[in-house]
Amino acid sequence: MNGLDSLLNVILTTDFAFSVLRVTTPILFAALGALISNRAGIINIGMEGIMLVSALAGVIISSYTQSAWVGLLGAVLAGTLIAGLLAFFTLKFKTHVILGGIAINMFASGGTVFLLYLLSGDKGSSTSLASKVLPSVDIPLLKDIPVLGPILSGHHILTYVSIAAVFAVYYLLKRTSLGLRIRSVGENPHAAQSVGVSVVRIQYMALLLSGFFAGLGGAYMSMGYLSLFTRDMIAGRGWIAIAAESMGRSTTVGTALTSLLFGAADALANAFQVLKIPAELIATLPYAATVIGLILYAVSETRKKNRKVKSPLAK
Amino acid sequence: METPLLEMRGITKVYPNGVVANRDVNFSLRAGEIHALAGENGAGKSTLMKMIFGMEEPSEGEIYIRGEKTRLLSPQDAIDRGIGMVHQHFMLVPSFTVAENMVLGMEPRKGLGIHYAEAVRMTEDTARKYNLAVDPKAKVEDLSVGMKQKVEILKALLRGAQILILDEPTAVLTPQETEELFRELQQLKEHGHTIVFISHKLKEVKAICDRITILRGGRSEGVFQTSEVTEQEISRLMVGRDVVLKYDKSKLNMQAPVLTVENLSVNDSQGRALLNNISFSVHSGQIVGIAGVEGNGQRELMDVLTGGLRSGASRGTVRVQDTEIREANILTIRNLGVSYIPEDRMSQGSAGEASISDNLISTHYRSKTLNNGVFLRASKIASMAAELIEAFKIRCSGPKQPIGMLSGGNMQKVVVARECSANPKLLIAEQPTRGVDVGAAQLIHEKLLELRENQGAIVLVSADLNEVLEISDRLLVMYEGEIVADMEDPSSLSEEELGLYMLGIKRQEPQHIRRTMNDVEV
Amino acid sequence: MLKSKYFEVIRTTAVILIALAIAFLIIALVSENPVKTIAIFLFEPLNSVGHIGNVIEMAIPLMFTGLAVSLLFRANMFNLGAEGIFYFSGVVASAIAIHWSLGGLIHPVVAILAGSIVGAILSAIPGILKAKWNANELVTSLMFNNILFGIGLYLLNYQLRDAKAFANVSFKFEKTALLDKLIPGTRIHTGLIIVLGLIVLAHFFLYKTKWGYELRMTGANRSFARYSGMKTAKVIVLVHLIAGFIAGMGGSIEVLGMYTRFQWTALPGYGLDGALVAMLAKNNPLSVIASALFLAYIRIGADLMARLSDVPAEMISIIQAVIILLISAEQFLKFWKNRMLLKEAREA
Repeated sequence: MNGLDSLLNVILTTDFAFSVLRVTTPILFAALGALISNRAGIINIGMEGIMLVSALAGVIISSYTQSAWVGLLGAVLAGTLIAGLLAFFTLKFKTHVILGGIAINMFASGGTVFLLYLLSGDKGSSTSLASKVLPSVDIPLLKDIPVLGPILSGHHILTYVSIAAVFAVYYLLKRTSLGLRIRSVGENPHAAQSVGVSVVRIQYMALLLSGFFAGLGGAYMSMGYLSLFTRDMIAGRGWIAIAAESMGRSTTVGTALTSLLFGAADALANAFQVLKIPAELIATLPYAATVIGLILYAVSETRKKNRKVKSPLAK
Repeated sequence: METPLLEMRGITKVYPNGVVANRDVNFSLRAGEIHALAGENGAGKSTLMKMIFGMEEPSEGEIYIRGEKTRLLSPQDAIDRGIGMVHQHFMLVPSFTVAENMVLGMEPRKGLGIHYAEAVRMTEDTARKYNLAVDPKAKVEDLSVGMKQKVEILKALLRGAQILILDEPTAVLTPQETEELFRELQQLKEHGHTIVFISHKLKEVKAICDRITILRGGRSEGVFQTSEVTEQEISRLMVGRDVVLKYDKSKLNMQAPVLTVENLSVNDSQGRALLNNISFSVHSGQIVGIAGVEGNGQRELMDVLTGGLRSGASRGTVRVQDTEIREANILTIRNLGVSYIPEDRMSQGSAGEASISDNLISTHYRSKTLNNGVFLRASKIASMAAELIEAFKIRCSGPKQPIGMLSGGNMQKVVVARECSANPKLLIAEQPTRGVDVGAAQLIHEKLLELRENQGAIVLVSADLNEVLEISDRLLVMYEGEIVADMEDPSSLSEEELGLYMLGIKRQEPQHIRRTMNDVEV
Repeated sequence: MLKSKYFEVIRTTAVILIALAIAFLIIALVSENPVKTIAIFLFEPLNSVGHIGNVIEMAIPLMFTGLAVSLLFRANMFNLGAEGIFYFSGVVASAIAIHWSLGGLIHPVVAILAGSIVGAILSAIPGILKAKWNANELVTSLMFNNILFGIGLYLLNYQLRDAKAFANVSFKFEKTALLDKLIPGTRIHTGLIIVLGLIVLAHFFLYKTKWGYELRMTGANRSFARYSGMKTAKVIVLVHLIAGFIAGMGGSIEVLGMYTRFQWTALPGYGLDGALVAMLAKNNPLSVIASALFLAYIRIGADLMARLSDVPAEMISIIQAVIILLISAEQFLKFWKNRMLLKEAREA
């Protein structure tokens, strides 16, 4: 029981709760991006690569302009641009969207190192580039409240943006005409087309938005979570985000909660080491949970379908 | 005379795969009328309407709206010109509310978001104006079929549709819903709307339409005042025969029954009967044709015969010789010597990227003549493919050519060649010559007759009346899941009479139909 | 008459030429001495026995995963699980190579077979889920990659790790477990013979046996295969088993042929490269040889270029991305094919 006690001692601290929010931020951004493109019926598995490119873009641009904010802008633009490239190939040239995503990931993992080396002479990290970091924010009043204050205040600015983004995406999908059209294109493209909504245009928009959010996630990684770019620094967060979106059954609330859960699993990985449960295994939990979720869903769908006798209209 | 509201002149439509859907069709609409467009399946009704709604462009011919020549390049163009369409398969987003579906693509805004209350108000206003009650806040997936149709009509009206096209609107409705729809259409007419009503149900056409245009084989058979033509005349124009096929058929030499169907019923998930207590038998050396307007139970009958229906959906007995097959799987049925030419040669009957040779052996490769337990016997397969290509005059560059590159007729010959080879005991042929050229059709007919000579039993389902009348030894007519007529010597039958049965105007006495049953007991 | 049947060949060639042109462009922009750098990139791999050896060594794992993915794609299964299986089977083979002591010939055989069988079993899981419940094999296989990586890394760190070594690597393999080298002066190992044998076997399986026929028909049109009486669910599980076996064998052979310790602390990427190889080979087993050699060639070219000039080797992943984007782009050069078809139709 001793191990459990020490585990509880780690988890039941404000530091731990704080760190959950800290590690959730990049997952949440990317998961929201994946959510938007999935709702438009187009799956973007290039999240990992887009985040990586954005992380590097933020570092490079902020070091050249000496402005963290211009760096952020650059990171987000880079993310949107890469997503635009994917959109161009999949929607215009009809490249298979999954293979397109793989290409983006491949491009990013090598291309970032290539560029990093050209600019800094180093293939491992951007230590020689004097890049800027976005600020953390203390929230007045909130920061003085016991327990809540240390958990919720003093975060990186993008962490607050990510929380705001959940509400923004919820509003976008539920209440705006773009959101309505995104959902209609994903659910019944023929219906959308029959009332003059351009399916391709909406899918372009959705992919660009997914790149925008992945870009924010990437910027956070190199200008907040760490203060520099390192090779392959996204380390699977893009995949966890895709898993979170899938587990969250493509709803904004579900995606946000699963992201938080997976973020907590990530933070727990350290805490569990107290219990001698290795971090490598904890790291597989989000993926395992997603597989189980997928199986449960697939089984229930199959049962539902089998219960229904062939519809008379089915051709 | 006044200028028509909409006029199509000399419309011809050829699809890229060479199918001619419409040929030199004229069609015109007067403002404020309900105009029926009638014709059999494949007569070209849907293509004609797709051209009015901007979903297809005519290959030749012109469209005039209020006397002005117009090109309609997209549904949006058509919507802008006051044309609305209610598709057979509803164009609705199931998870959306009625109001959301109503305003999709033209959402009222308030600030950044959608003005949802306004959308609800727009829906209510439109619904009230046309007296079509719907609940704007209900989710579409929870609505009944009739209610969904109302939403579709309202959608078109909200977008300012003056001309409303309804593609077989009653096909999915209950009789009560149909009556309600007719009242609604009358009201729309009183509001000054013009309605195109696509149907092959003549009673309905007679009941609410002012004029009728009849299509057959892609051509127009003329336009009439519905009050001045009888159902019989319409039916004759719809199903009349163009050319009379003639084959030298040998005398019927019927042997023991191969397929025996007794009291077969199939219900859908709502318990509606799709097949109602069907009984018939097919004997060796006999071709039994099944005629009927599509959607009257033929599909379900075929599914039962070919192992395509989920278990538990049907009742009754279906035997091939002495083996019950009603719930058997496909392989078991095939191993009994049953072959099947499916209706859809592209999605079911062939694998487009695979070679002709691969496509020819898909139902034979298990036989010991074509494999030695592990390896396929390449030379046997090659000679079999060469023989079939020769015998069926399949025009190709060789057996290795992908089947997807062949014309429709040659592709169908591959399917028929595969299913007719190895002398099946029973062949189920579904639309065996649909969309193929005359030459291919003739060859396929000859091969069916050849199989009959060799004591095969054949079930022939076809919408091509020429075909069923000429080839069959006995003809069953299906209407609303039942056999309504059973006729021997079909080639002497007049198409008018057949049309009356197909359209449900006439039916034979039950005891007459039961003669097939008596055969069973012989 | 059928010029359009050469279309795919022409298209693949065009894609490769465009990719090379982009490579040259990047080199021209980056290098101080572009002509020399391009020459190194293009010709240095042929310059010595050692370099040619490097190309072939690199091609071996690519052939394994390329073959595995080709078979899956042939069955129209979009499964990218070869990545995780390649890694995990490598761990399994390593464990046997470290902890068991067996005779010189039996040891590698047992280690490789164990890795292959584990690979087959792991691969069958997404296959069964797909066949039985239609669970999306792509997503499950991608998730499996990460799960297998986590478990494999755990095994490396907690069970196999040599604390005395400087880096994060396993204990040394028993000498008996290592694969023999074939050609002196290179590290080309017996795995080459095995993979070439497998490719020929796969060719015969796919085109000459009735099971291969069922696989191809299921992939070309599953409802056609079902209509013809084939048990498509069984076919799907079978192809997953075979592909997993091959990918697992590839991972096992790679660690025993090229290394003396297990040292992958990240997914090696051969599984996803396998998708690229399969695409270039148009899912044809025999063509996998050429496409793996091509990919290996430009990679070794890039490595040598990085060593001998001022352009980093990571350029190659940009080139690979371009190849994937264009080769899977249905519409790329389609207008040209349509024109050919139209012309042929007119002539016919």
